[in-house]
Amino acid sequence: MEKRELTCIGCPMGCAITVTMNGMEIKDIAGQTCKRGETYARKEVTSPSRVVTSTVVVDGGTERRVPVKTQNDIPKDKIFECMKALKGIHITAPVAIGDIILVNVAGTGVNIIAAKNIEQQHFV
Amino acid sequence: MYDVIIIGAGVSGAAAARELSRYRLKVCVLEKEEDVCCGTSKANSALVHSGYDAAHGSLMAKLNVAGSAMMEELSLELDFPYKRIGSLMVCTSNEDLPQLQTLYSRGIQNGVKGLSVITGKEEIREIEPNLADDVVAVLHAASAGIVCPFGLNIAMAENAAANGVEFFFDTKVERIFSNKKEQSGFQVKTSKGIFETRCIVNAAGVYADVFHNMVSNRKIHITARAGEYCLLDKSAGEHVNHTVFALPTKLGKGVLVSPTIHGNLLVGPTAVNIEDKEDTATTREGLTELIEKAGMSVRKLPIRQVITSFTGLRAHEDNHDFLIGELPDVPGFVDCAGIESPGLTASPAIGLMVADIIREKLQPEVNPDFNGRRTGILNPNTLSKEERAALIAAKPAYGNVICRCETVTEGEIIDAIRRPLGAKSLDGVKRRVRAGMGRCQAGFCSPRVMEILSRELGMDMKKVTKNGAGSELLLGTNKDRL
Amino acid sequence: MKEYDIVVIGGGPAGLASALAAKENGIKDILILERDRELGGILNQCIHNGFGLHTFKEELTGPEYAARYIERVVDMKISYKLHTMVLDIRPDKVITAMNKEEGLFEIRTKAIILAMGCRERARGALNIPGYRPAGIFSAGTAQWLVNKEGYLPGREVVILGSGDIGLIMARRMTLEGAKVKVVAELMPYSGGLKRNIVQCLDDYGIPLKLAHTIIDIKGKKRLEGVTLAQVDENGKPVLGTEEEYSCDTLLLSVGLIPENELSGGMGVAMNPVTSGPFVNESLETNREGVFACGNVLHVHDLVDFVSEEAAVAGKNAAKYVKNQSENRVSAANSEEIVQDTKVCLKPVNGVRYTVPSTINPSRMEENQIVRFRVGAVYKNKTIGVYFDGEEVLKRKRMVMAPGEMEEVKLSKTMFLSHPNVQSITIQVEDV
Repeated sequence: MEKRELTCIGCPMGCAITVTMNGMEIKDIAGQTCKRGETYARKEVTSPSRVVTSTVVVDGGTERRVPVKTQNDIPKDKIFECMKALKGIHITAPVAIGDIILVNVAGTGVNIIAAKNIEQQHFV
Repeated sequence: MYDVIIIGAGVSGAAAARELSRYRLKVCVLEKEEDVCCGTSKANSALVHSGYDAAHGSLMAKLNVAGSAMMEELSLELDFPYKRIGSLMVCTSNEDLPQLQTLYSRGIQNGVKGLSVITGKEEIREIEPNLADDVVAVLHAASAGIVCPFGLNIAMAENAAANGVEFFFDTKVERIFSNKKEQSGFQVKTSKGIFETRCIVNAAGVYADVFHNMVSNRKIHITARAGEYCLLDKSAGEHVNHTVFALPTKLGKGVLVSPTIHGNLLVGPTAVNIEDKEDTATTREGLTELIEKAGMSVRKLPIRQVITSFTGLRAHEDNHDFLIGELPDVPGFVDCAGIESPGLTASPAIGLMVADIIREKLQPEVNPDFNGRRTGILNPNTLSKEERAALIAAKPAYGNVICRCETVTEGEIIDAIRRPLGAKSLDGVKRRVRAGMGRCQAGFCSPRVMEILSRELGMDMKKVTKNGAGSELLLGTNKDRL
Repeated sequence: MKEYDIVVIGGGPAGLASALAAKENGIKDILILERDRELGGILNQCIHNGFGLHTFKEELTGPEYAARYIERVVDMKISYKLHTMVLDIRPDKVITAMNKEEGLFEIRTKAIILAMGCRERARGALNIPGYRPAGIFSAGTAQWLVNKEGYLPGREVVILGSGDIGLIMARRMTLEGAKVKVVAELMPYSGGLKRNIVQCLDDYGIPLKLAHTIIDIKGKKRLEGVTLAQVDENGKPVLGTEEEYSCDTLLLSVGLIPENELSGGMGVAMNPVTSGPFVNESLETNREGVFACGNVLHVHDLVDFVSEEAAVAGKNAAKYVKNQSENRVSAANSEEIVQDTKVCLKPVNGVRYTVPSTINPSRMEENQIVRFRVGAVYKNKTIGVYFDGEEVLKRKRMVMAPGEMEEVKLSKTMFLSHPNVQSITIQVEDV
């Protein structure tokens, strides 16, 4: 039996939750003070996922970098692979929020999209 | 071959350089740091002392009074901030009154003008409302003032450079060889190569003993004496109107509380002898001591308004006097050592004295092209609205505020970088135009100033430093090691 | 001199939302003055997600959240000036500002909305001893460098303070390739949101040391290391608990201070607890027609609440401008329009402050939100609201912490049933 210690993020209470696992099977969830804690813990131990945000280089824009994010959350263990995939990417302005920067990042099936509008730099 | 090499670009070295530039001499200044005003000169009480403190008959007393008398005219000629606000020595117990009287008498002996002892609580309160409640008398010195130490140092150096003195930065003096064969002249080995010269002025601050002892058999010893300070926000700047000293008592030496020329409030210094001549760390004990002691002469000190603290090193010579003069056993080697407080005040007179020694020795011609006037960096806050509008119309960079706390514009920063002996680092910019000196301590403006430095000096952002090589601010780019 | 109905100082989340609300409430001549190169304020460098859960029911990044407001400001043709620094505001509402194109200029306005945000507390305010080398940054400066410019300020990082920006930067720098060794927090609890501790520190195995501080900084040119020590209940370092950390970078996330130099200069009265202005139910300061909202009023945790608060300020500023025009028409009746009965709110027993600090019942809306912070961590307590000592509201809280803003809602009914109420107390009490 393996025990996993978690801190619930459902509210400021931050309950310390202990999940007892037998392999991939959840045997027990303890320590939470409400239902949200259980739901959170269940997801965290079976398929934890996160939205990843970073920036990539923009050429010819009013800004040097554009913030980007994964369109949905991706598996937690893919985070660094996702970051590596963003290394060296250059895009050209203009950029609009929602523009796809990279398709299917790190094989997650999730796209990287732009999170800011960047206009072209006009030189007078 | 130089006629004179000055070691050190602090106030003493810069003052000597400027005075020497009045003559047809080939002069250079060797400075180990990347800029002028990087040692003792940059971290001190920023005061122009009236001159009652130093022992009567000492060189310190003489040059203090002389320097103080020169300061106002010099500030106009060289365009640096100086203000005569007067100082108050606070006595809080009747049994200490004789000490106050002693200082008064010594001041008179030293030739200090405008001294008076004021007794009577009400009269004292009237001129300085926030003195400690138990004040019984003050020694008022009308001639005392405040100055921008960077402004003074930089102005003298810039003017020296404009009149032909060469400055070599990042140039550390490693060895000095006397030319035994010719009985005169020196070879100076530095980190940037060998320099030859007829005379040397040793204005090396806390290191002056090192260079003196390289050439002379009569050794001197200089102790780095650390003084910690706290700087308070401008909102506390008017807490006192004068420089307020605490009369030394049985309980020890107090700390001073003074407005600064830029409107902040300065509290300090402590005094601790240290081994390491580069040890400018602040300490928990020092900062605690300052906060406790400041309350002895000034009441309701808003100590929560502290925006920064720093440590300065005073070059304390064992006999506690300035050592200025040609070494009897090493002709051509002129010491300018032991320059601790009131060194900043005395610096114009120190420069004059050093130049006189060299002049006697080398008998140079007068430099007919010498121009003693220097225009400082334009501060748009001193202009009328109309003048300011015209300035921005002509130079839009003066409409772009970079440092929000001190309202410093891009125009001023560009001027600080482009002028002779211009700023090369964040600290260099800060000392010249105060960008980053305010209450947010460069949080907002440092990336912007770095960008301007990078653009103006044509260097990569990653090469921009806080204060010279080794203090680079950025260590990489995003994902560069992924 | 150009004249406006409302000038908003600051184009961050508070300024944008207040300007929009003023416009929606019928004011035409609105001007936003922004000192940076774009609208959106600090949101532009907050590229992490988690913004907008309350407002938009989805998790946006900072720039996306800002864009939603910026687009509306543009659509509604609200004018704004960028790169424009306000130098001074006179009590008669003449604003002196400066930019490259127009130089130094003055603007007259009927109402002002203060929305200047806040700045980070610097090292000096903490009196951390040691050297002053390169490599010490406030977390927000590091955030700008990494997120806007793409530079890594350092490779090996220690963070002092567990404020949200510090936690967020621990994750950002880790993701971009730096090693964050530890986060030290002086207090026995974190100043940041629980979610950030889990997702920014725990996810990456970064230890959080509570009740710890930095007692020494090493390195003369570039930072070489720091010494951490545990502190006792008075915040004093405990001898023998020192630990050395080698690092090239120290980030400070040790608190935010409202930027109120302009407010103070025009005679706005300040609350020493929040460092923001005292305001009434309309978020109006002691200076008539001068309103405040967002982090310049009191530091918030969530931008959603900034937007909400700013909209209230914008609406009330609009109301003020309209009343003023009407008053001019019927000046004789003006005394009847504004009843000056103020009820004071008193924060006691664990409650540090309230925003607003006074309420004029005749001017309040159906519901008045009162926001506040508590001074310590409390578990299983209630918040009690008393009108002249009589309990009118009790709200149970499983947990309250200084890092999380609290609120209670006061209704018009409460005031109707207490017509002569003099003061309202809000406190933390046992269940």
